[in-house]
Amino acid sequence: MASGNLGLTYGGQEKTPSLSGETEFAAEAGAPGGLFHADYKRHDDLKQMLDSSKDSLKLEAMKRIIGMIAKGRDASDLFPAVVKNVVSKNIEVKKLVYVYLVRYAEEQQDLALLSISTFQRALKDPNQLIRASALRVLSSIRVPVIVPIMMLAIRDSVSDMSPYVRKTAAHAIPKLYDLDPEQKDELVMVIERLLSDQTTLVVGSAVMAFEQVCPERTDLIHKNFRKLCAVLVDIEEWGQVIIIGMLTRYARTQFTDPNINGTNHSEKDKPFYEESEEDDEKGKQTESLVLDPDHRLLLRNTKPLLQSRNSSVVMGVAQLYHHLAPREDVAIVTRALIRLLRSHREVQTVVLNSIASMSVNRKVQVNVAKKFILCVLTYFFVVLKDMFEPFLKNFFVRSTDATQIKLLKLEILTNLANESNITFILREFQTYISSQDRDLVAATIQAIGRCAAGIKEVTDTCLSGLIALLSNSDELVVAESVVVIKKLLQTHQGSHGDIVGQMARLVNRITVPQARAAILWLVGEHCEKKRVSKMAPDVLRFMARTFANEQDVVKLQILNLAAKLCLSNPKQTKVLCQYVFSLAKYDQNYDIRDRTRFLRHLVFPSTEQALLAKYAKKIFLASKPAPVIESVFKDRDEFQLGSLSHYLNSRVVGYMDLPNFPAVAPDSNVRNVESPRPVIPVTSLRGNSASAPSKGKKKETFYSESSSEDDDVKDESGSSDSKSDSSSEMDSDSAESDSDESSSEEDPDDSVDISQQNIVRLSPSLSPSPPAQRLSRTLVIESSSESEYSSNSSDSDSNDSDKVVKSSRMPPPKSNLDLLLDLDVSDSAPVMASVSGIPLGTLASTPITDSSVQPVSAAYISTRPTELVSSISSGCGLQILYRYTRSINLYSPSMVTIELTLVNTGNEELTEVKITNKNMPVGISMHEFTTLASLPVGATRLVTVGIDFGDSTQNVSCDLVASGRPIKINFRPSVGELIRPVTCTEGVFINEQGKLKGMNEHSFSITNTLELEDMKNISTKIFRTTNMASINSSDPNTLRFAGQTLSSKSLVLVTILVGVNPKLTVSCEKMIIGSMLLAELKEALKN
Amino acid sequence: MIHSLFVINHSGDVFMEKHWRSIIPRTVMDYFFEAQRQVVKDNKGHEDVPCVIATPHHYLISIYRNGLYFVAVCMSEVPPLFVIEFLHTVVDILEKYFTECNESNIKEHYVVVYELLDEVLDNGYPLATEPNILQELIKPPNIIGNLINTVTGKSNVSSVLPSGQLSNVPWRRADVKYTNNEAYFDIIEEVDAIIDKTGSTVFAEIAGKIECCVRLSGTPDLTLSFINPRLMDDVSFHPCVRLKRWENERILSFVPPDGSFCLMTYHVGCQSAVAIPIYIRHNFFLPKENSQSQTGKIEITVGPRQTMGRVVENLQLSIPMPKFILNCTVTLNQGRATFDPVTKILLWEVGKIDPTKLPNMRGQIHIQSGAVILQSTPSVNVQFTLTQIAISGLKVHRLDMFGENYKPFKGVKYLTKAGNFQIRM
Repeated sequence: MASGNLGLTYGGQEKTPSLSGETEFAAEAGAPGGLFHADYKRHDDLKQMLDSSKDSLKLEAMKRIIGMIAKGRDASDLFPAVVKNVVSKNIEVKKLVYVYLVRYAEEQQDLALLSISTFQRALKDPNQLIRASALRVLSSIRVPVIVPIMMLAIRDSVSDMSPYVRKTAAHAIPKLYDLDPEQKDELVMVIERLLSDQTTLVVGSAVMAFEQVCPERTDLIHKNFRKLCAVLVDIEEWGQVIIIGMLTRYARTQFTDPNINGTNHSEKDKPFYEESEEDDEKGKQTESLVLDPDHRLLLRNTKPLLQSRNSSVVMGVAQLYHHLAPREDVAIVTRALIRLLRSHREVQTVVLNSIASMSVNRKVQVNVAKKFILCVLTYFFVVLKDMFEPFLKNFFVRSTDATQIKLLKLEILTNLANESNITFILREFQTYISSQDRDLVAATIQAIGRCAAGIKEVTDTCLSGLIALLSNSDELVVAESVVVIKKLLQTHQGSHGDIVGQMARLVNRITVPQARAAILWLVGEHCEKKRVSKMAPDVLRFMARTFANEQDVVKLQILNLAAKLCLSNPKQTKVLCQYVFSLAKYDQNYDIRDRTRFLRHLVFPSTEQALLAKYAKKIFLASKPAPVIESVFKDRDEFQLGSLSHYLNSRVVGYMDLPNFPAVAPDSNVRNVESPRPVIPVTSLRGNSASAPSKGKKKETFYSESSSEDDDVKDESGSSDSKSDSSSEMDSDSAESDSDESSSEEDPDDSVDISQQNIVRLSPSLSPSPPAQRLSRTLVIESSSESEYSSNSSDSDSNDSDKVVKSSRMPPPKSNLDLLLDLDVSDSAPVMASVSGIPLGTLASTPITDSSVQPVSAAYISTRPTELVSSISSGCGLQILYRYTRSINLYSPSMVTIELTLVNTGNEELTEVKITNKNMPVGISMHEFTTLASLPVGATRLVTVGIDFGDSTQNVSCDLVASGRPIKINFRPSVGELIRPVTCTEGVFINEQGKLKGMNEHSFSITNTLELEDMKNISTKIFRTTNMASINSSDPNTLRFAGQTLSSKSLVLVTILVGVNPKLTVSCEKMIIGSMLLAELKEALKN
Repeated sequence: MIHSLFVINHSGDVFMEKHWRSIIPRTVMDYFFEAQRQVVKDNKGHEDVPCVIATPHHYLISIYRNGLYFVAVCMSEVPPLFVIEFLHTVVDILEKYFTECNESNIKEHYVVVYELLDEVLDNGYPLATEPNILQELIKPPNIIGNLINTVTGKSNVSSVLPSGQLSNVPWRRADVKYTNNEAYFDIIEEVDAIIDKTGSTVFAEIAGKIECCVRLSGTPDLTLSFINPRLMDDVSFHPCVRLKRWENERILSFVPPDGSFCLMTYHVGCQSAVAIPIYIRHNFFLPKENSQSQTGKIEITVGPRQTMGRVVENLQLSIPMPKFILNCTVTLNQGRATFDPVTKILLWEVGKIDPTKLPNMRGQIHIQSGAVILQSTPSVNVQFTLTQIAISGLKVHRLDMFGENYKPFKGVKYLTKAGNFQIRM
């Protein structure tokens, strides 16, 4: 609607400039490169364009400025010129100004403050998109002074009708928290409200805010846990990731370790396992039995997300299973993870990283199992058998993979290797050795070494294979093999004299320092073995010659070798050793000099220090513990899988440790959501609202029919689905209210629940401070006064509805709230379903922004209905009368309530009376009455429809179908009915009126002199024409009336001066409304 | 979460930056450039720039697509996949807007790009990423649209919230109207395989996807059923697909987004035998290390194997040669061969395989003089297509539409391609 207005007022202005600006545009587009010179003349240029009155020039200027920002050029000196345009009505200019503001406001805080009022105004705009974007910008500009304003805006927006605005509010919370952490307590309350929101759109963002602001407050999650699990599938992908992450942590604090039984069994009850397999079965049973139902719910509901197209969702579920699921269930994630390997390179890298880590851990478990339960255990083997093993081939390296990925795959293959597949893997490794990628070749040789060390059966094969590689033409291969062989020989017991001898010969050829060092170490270590002992002095001699040119690692090993030889074979090598030591004494590297000093004293002791020297041989030639060759991914277990910290293997800022499972699970009842309580402590009621999903929420979801329910319910909800889809285009508040409605249609039993839940929603909508009680009371008063006025016609109806209420198993009234329910229902019986479903919540979300202006009930309500369609023109004897009830519409407060009286004057019963084919202009929505099953001859029925005219007086036409015959009906609102009465003090009235001067004020001098005694008469006339409330006036000659437009909530103020210069003044922000109202009042006063 | 985004082109210029929170100075990119330089120094491809780089205060998470690096800067813990997936989504969106996401397109439409970036993230958290919704918020640029805008003074930016954002089907825009209602489904299967020296299959798998182009008015509810759905091993879906329905009945039931999208992907795993449509006979040898000869030999013959009665088309072999090779001179009986001396890739565009006259290539490999010859064997990367068939045998049974009254035009197309198809020589 607002856009319609815009087009109307500004469309004309814009045409000309855009034509003139065209040539310029083309010229700029032609030379995009030379556009942005940081040249002051250019900026003057831009300033002029920004100052011009033409939108097209402004737009062009803004585009160029955005271009500068995008390129990272400084455009801050334009700030004053740009910020002026924040009031621009052109939506694109406005948007670009917003972008600019967000970028530079931090630097120019004082000037930025100028724009705040615009946002505050926009926050009350009828258009939800504008409200939302205003909130977004307001919260993004990072100016500490406006923290209170932000807080206020967030608090208001949290109870906005539009879920989109509420979502934006959720996004604003962490921004405010970053700006001013002291607001935390209040923000937590806001988050608590958002968490209990029923729309899937909001929930994801709410959890995001929760994670940012108060991740430690698990108590807030209790009540929402089941709801979150239930709606998880329907939340957008990014929200899913965040919720899954949060739930993982939550579950770690609330449930016990599902695997604890398993491991305990295998460790303690080892003997039993060896006896029989039955025990085994038992162990398994107890294992699955201990799972908390909520724990299982979480696992069950996250499982379908493995089929998401979004890799991070899949990864999220995988890590959830990894950290939470019983061991035998973890395997279901593998297939999905493997799928991700076909994705983009970056995704592959991260996924492989995680798999590498998982495969290490799983592997460990296999080993544990093997150790403890050697013989029987076919069952356990199946369970624990490596979950990735069946997919071994997916990790085979392709030549087109990036090096990183190749290495990760190799790592995984190595982790997966076991007795059964090792030959297979080794054959694959062989092809890698002839690969062109040197890194891969090197890593492959390492991997072979690891396999050989890990699997006894193949050690010898691997070793001989590696030795064969020593004669490879590629030096890198040889060098790498040497290093690996060295490690292998250490772990492998036995005499390896010939191998060492063979390697010793390589010293001449190999230049890679690591390999040389490895060979020297080996020679030194085995210098007493038969074959080596002969060669060793020669090796040392050879090395002594090249000592000066060696790398440091090699030098150190030469020193070691010299010392060892000198001890074992002093006859041949003592001199040589001394020579080497004296060379090293003057080495540049102090490490080497230190080492020399240390060795010299041990090997060539001066007499008094001989104490240690006696043991020198033992020290040097002691058997050394073998190095453990293991995966580099071994120690990553401390981090949560899939997190940045895990990827980098270091603690990242903001990383939260995954808590360990509690030994005893905390009370699981905290997640129960109780049935409604008579009293209204805010928290417990909020709990109720969260409970609703267990019944109502399920049906709301898009996938409703698929949720496991009875077949008949399925069908029904399916149809209501399609219905809500179609109607959602019209309802401003679609998602939520529609579905609520449909669910309440389906089973009336629920309706009570839901209405309760809606009441709940209303309490926090008021700022948190006033207790819920107060508000409900005011509401009661309001609605009771309403019923007073409308009681004439609907007395009998309210009786009916009472019955309805009772039949729907409502608890006897105990509190104001229940009373309130009764009263509301009294409006009219047929709309019962929608009445109980929606109204209160939406009522409550009326922004009570200015406490001084409060809605009141209508001062006058016409009781006489007007004919809309006569019995003749309808063609079927149906007469339709209408009347404005002037009560707040129960479906949405921005709707005008129209009561239709349907009278069947014909001579046959009408069936299936309903409204169809609503042909709504943009911005207008309608809430039709529930279909009447039948209308007997002569019967009269009252039904209500709500129409949101969006503050325009456009015609709304639709078809009313009776017995399949359409009757065209046309609602043409009078502007006076688009207003709702409000009251305020006179001061506020005058103050507000003062703000609405100029264009917003319409006045008219009344020509026929009005007498003072006519005052009452005038009031009545005004009340008849328009739905406003009179304001007490201190001046006897002035009459004041106040109202508020239904959709946009803008104030409408009417003043009538009586006396010498009688004058009628209408002030309204909406100029069209103002002028039309003036015209109508003029007309009314004339008569 | 995501603080800033830098877009970097091939020559290492930051040509676009966007900050969703406080400004992060451009100098942070130096760490990235350093990593990039390191990769170049190690003689590796652009693909090898690490996708996560930790710097003292920031974490740079990058993706490489279409010759551009998109580098997101984060300052605290975040799942790296979340960021990576998001960056890819952004590129996908840009591709939808400008058909191709390259430097010149981004530079030309920087305002639209900026508006989009502003819309997809709020304070570093994804806000709206559904293409259907974004296209309603910000109109994709096109010539006619630009003309209309300049004439009427309207803007590309919508002033109302797309109703899809609030509905239960957030991926579909509202009020879709077409005069021709049509729905096309392309079933595309890619064969991934590794075939070893002897010609036996080491690994083979089929990865399929269903690409749809649905232009239907209103809010249609479609169901797609297969004759043999059990073939599919592992599936992933567009969010529009009702998961329970698939689980229980193996039927795809969904309200489609408007326009083209990927409905599902699936795998046909190792369990079922995968037909390998071609075979290669090859002979490749390099001169012995110490020999005087500076030439090696290459000979390749390609033939059809299990092609299900179709002709193998668009066959193309690319062979990355070892670095020490100077040039290749080959003679062919079919197609065209080129050797790129920089990347050392021998590319043979074969075309169709005629079973009566098999494509054949033979020739010589010239070694750089003085280079050390390493006995390494290249592998052949194969591309081919088979039209009108899904090699797994998957067939669509029927497509039904509910919820609307018109009769749509429906079409299904099958195509088999080589995915990651490698033959080791």
